[in-house]
Amino acid sequence: MITWIGNKLTEIFGTTLAPYVGYVLIGFAIITLVVLMAVISIYLERKIAAFMQMRLGPMRVGKWGTLQAFADVFKLMLKESLTPAQADKQLFNIAPYLVLTVSFLAFAPIAFSPSLQLWDLNIGVLYVTSVSSVGVIGILMAGWASNNKYSLLGAMRSGAQIVSYELSAGIAILTIVMMSGSLSVSGIIQSQADGWWIFKGHIPAIIAFVIFAIASTAELNRAPFDLAEAEQELTAGFHTEYSGMQFAMFFLAEYTNMFIVSMLGTTLFLGGWMPLHIAGWESFNHLMDKIPPFLWFFGKVFISLFMIIWFRWTFPRLRIDQLLKLEWKYLLPIGMVNLVFGAIITWLGWIL
Amino acid sequence: MNAVKRYFSSIFNAIVALLKGMRLTGSYLLHPSKILTQQYPENRETLYIPERFKGRVYMPHDENNEHNCTACTLCQLACPNGSIQIISKNIELPDGTKKKVLDRWVYNLGSCTLCQLCVDACPSDAIVMDNAFEFSVYNKSKLIFDLNRPGSKLKEKKTEPQV
Amino acid sequence: MEQTINNRILQSSDDEFIINVGPQHPSTHGVLHLQLRLDGEEIADLKPFLGYIHRGIEKMCESLTYKQFIYLTSRMDYLSAHINNQACCLAIEKSLQVEVPERAKVIRTLMAELTRLASHQLWWGSTGLDMGAVSPFFYAFREREMILEIFEETCGSRLTMNYCVPGGVMNDIHPDFVSKVKKLIQQFKANIHEYDELLTGNPIFQSRTRGVGYLPKEDAISLACSGPVARASGISCDVRKKEPYDAYDRVEFEEIIASEGDCFARYRVRMKEMLESMKIIEQLIDNIPAGDYRAKIKGIIKPPAGEYFQRVETARGELGVFIVSDGSNKPYRVKFRTPNFSNLAALKPMSLGAKIGDLVAIMASLDLIIPDIDR
Repeated sequence: MITWIGNKLTEIFGTTLAPYVGYVLIGFAIITLVVLMAVISIYLERKIAAFMQMRLGPMRVGKWGTLQAFADVFKLMLKESLTPAQADKQLFNIAPYLVLTVSFLAFAPIAFSPSLQLWDLNIGVLYVTSVSSVGVIGILMAGWASNNKYSLLGAMRSGAQIVSYELSAGIAILTIVMMSGSLSVSGIIQSQADGWWIFKGHIPAIIAFVIFAIASTAELNRAPFDLAEAEQELTAGFHTEYSGMQFAMFFLAEYTNMFIVSMLGTTLFLGGWMPLHIAGWESFNHLMDKIPPFLWFFGKVFISLFMIIWFRWTFPRLRIDQLLKLEWKYLLPIGMVNLVFGAIITWLGWIL
Repeated sequence: MNAVKRYFSSIFNAIVALLKGMRLTGSYLLHPSKILTQQYPENRETLYIPERFKGRVYMPHDENNEHNCTACTLCQLACPNGSIQIISKNIELPDGTKKKVLDRWVYNLGSCTLCQLCVDACPSDAIVMDNAFEFSVYNKSKLIFDLNRPGSKLKEKKTEPQV
Repeated sequence: MEQTINNRILQSSDDEFIINVGPQHPSTHGVLHLQLRLDGEEIADLKPFLGYIHRGIEKMCESLTYKQFIYLTSRMDYLSAHINNQACCLAIEKSLQVEVPERAKVIRTLMAELTRLASHQLWWGSTGLDMGAVSPFFYAFREREMILEIFEETCGSRLTMNYCVPGGVMNDIHPDFVSKVKKLIQQFKANIHEYDELLTGNPIFQSRTRGVGYLPKEDAISLACSGPVARASGISCDVRKKEPYDAYDRVEFEEIIASEGDCFARYRVRMKEMLESMKIIEQLIDNIPAGDYRAKIKGIIKPPAGEYFQRVETARGELGVFIVSDGSNKPYRVKFRTPNFSNLAALKPMSLGAKIGDLVAIMASLDLIIPDIDR
């Protein structure tokens, strides 16, 4: 089918233009997919939160409220995007686009299934981590340009938080990179053909997974680390002054970032699109192979997503100094020691 | 050494306590039968409203379109926020004597706080608190209404049959 | 003129800035306006501004008769509406020297404790909410809803029920009252462990509240704090114990006192107070005396000229009702000593040097009701 589309494009646009049109189409498809998934996860989050709190959640739009998220998006599209009179208008208007663009960029090297990968970069993991940290500039921009003290405080908190938690997230990723000996996303997934890293990486991989889970939740600015938008303290933090579609972009970026983090975690620790294999259980392994790889991938992604949602609706929020204490006194030292242990294990070749 | 032990035991205890909280919310997620909220306009038929629920002041009329109000204005005096206005008129009875009777019992639901003091003050049980509660209107002048029905009159006291 | 304005608002230096929390802010629970001078995240100075919800209840009381003004007090501390009404009724009864029937006394006490329970449950939920945990709010509302249903059945309303009248209570209790209260106690006891699992034992919550917002005993006394705020600083000030009113002299309960004086101590005091309220309800629910629920008093109340004072323990502290009568059917002057007003005074000494996040925790632990401050 892909070749058929390719031939059709060459027919219409000629050989020089066709690849570019193809890129645009692929980009469009990915963006549509991501937006659709974000909308689904918004609905999921609302329903999960409601059930955890003995509520029914959205029930009115569509059967069981399934169309609620679409209705919300439609409402936000129709709303006016206000710009405060005293705001730095250019920065104020650029910031949401920057945040959203950055989170879309990080999708490029993700392998959804063996055949579906946009850009098999040999430093894919490095690319994702570096690109996703550009998003903090958008947040700082939004907070500064709003000319609102709450926004500024939120942006500053967010800056401090993301810069510090990136360290331990990076170290947790490094543990796996070291074990698998590859920085490319497909290479890491291939290295897990005989078992996922969380199973065959011994204790260092499990500790790295826990650190990655905590640090990436913190990088997402979600509860219990949602200090940047701490509703009870800073009303809405860095996006206090945003409304309409500009607000929706921050919202969308939050959910796309959730997907990226889940996808990265799935790729690194849970074997990407690799099916679950248990050594010795041949018939079981055969059965698992029957399930298509993209279902494996999205199943794992949604499980990690569910964990992030579960954290949010259970825990109270940390204070800014406690947040930094958790990073610098607990996660970073443990992560570093863990990295050394991981190195020793890799060096001795104890990996299953 | 002790400090190291404390460091790790604090981490362990924190994780255990956090997992307890997650177990609680997770168990509610898996038990949708414990959901408490209701779908309001759909469940109007099955909605349980206690009989004492104070929704508005109401004047019961019997089948002959008669009520108990003697227009004594005690309820008007008892009302703390002037939501009640009794307008009475004088009518001439067949035997020639004049009598003060109720013309309009004007009730302003918009300013009523449902404190039940008027019902409490009424000596002849002419007014009660009703259970009705869906009163939203677009214009607050629609919240002022007469409680006595048009053409209604005071219930006649049962006279002893003459022997 | 400019001088007076400058005195009213805080001044900041170059490396500090002024931020206005409220009057519209998610964590002030109403229209409280706080002006903060911040040094980064730390609070260098704090100033509360009042009056956004001043309705002049004390003045309104002077133009209403004794029976009428009672309902207004429900609108002060709306979460302990019944206890406010009870205080006014007790003051009026004191002036008239009416003996309230035993049954009415017990019913009033039961209702007051249920009100306290409902109020503390809302506080527990909103504390979680202020700390960023949303789920506790709904778990707290589950039991609170049962209490409100009990109120609805007996009194006709859920929040501002105006159930107390001078001389007793408005209606007799509903036939289902006793069984429903027993069910509530059963369910509350079955669910109390969830409260501990979700918040009390949570290390994040503990680190947010332990050692935060310390209020020394001396400060608590000099700022006239009362209720759980003062008791958490080690002051014994429960009016139910000190000057028992209604049926409190015949029940056994413990006055919860903690000595730490921080947010966590205030949290623990309130949690234990819920259990004590349970104990009081359990003692009274099985022996509600038979008899009249309302003493016969005249339609128009005219207390003899003089001054009358009654204090009660609301869910937030000590409420004093002071009535001056000139012998007419309307009070000459009514003064309410509300607990939240003096508890608010403790906010500044507690939060100086704390972070913004701490301020939210401190306000949650004070359990402020803004209409009660402004009246």
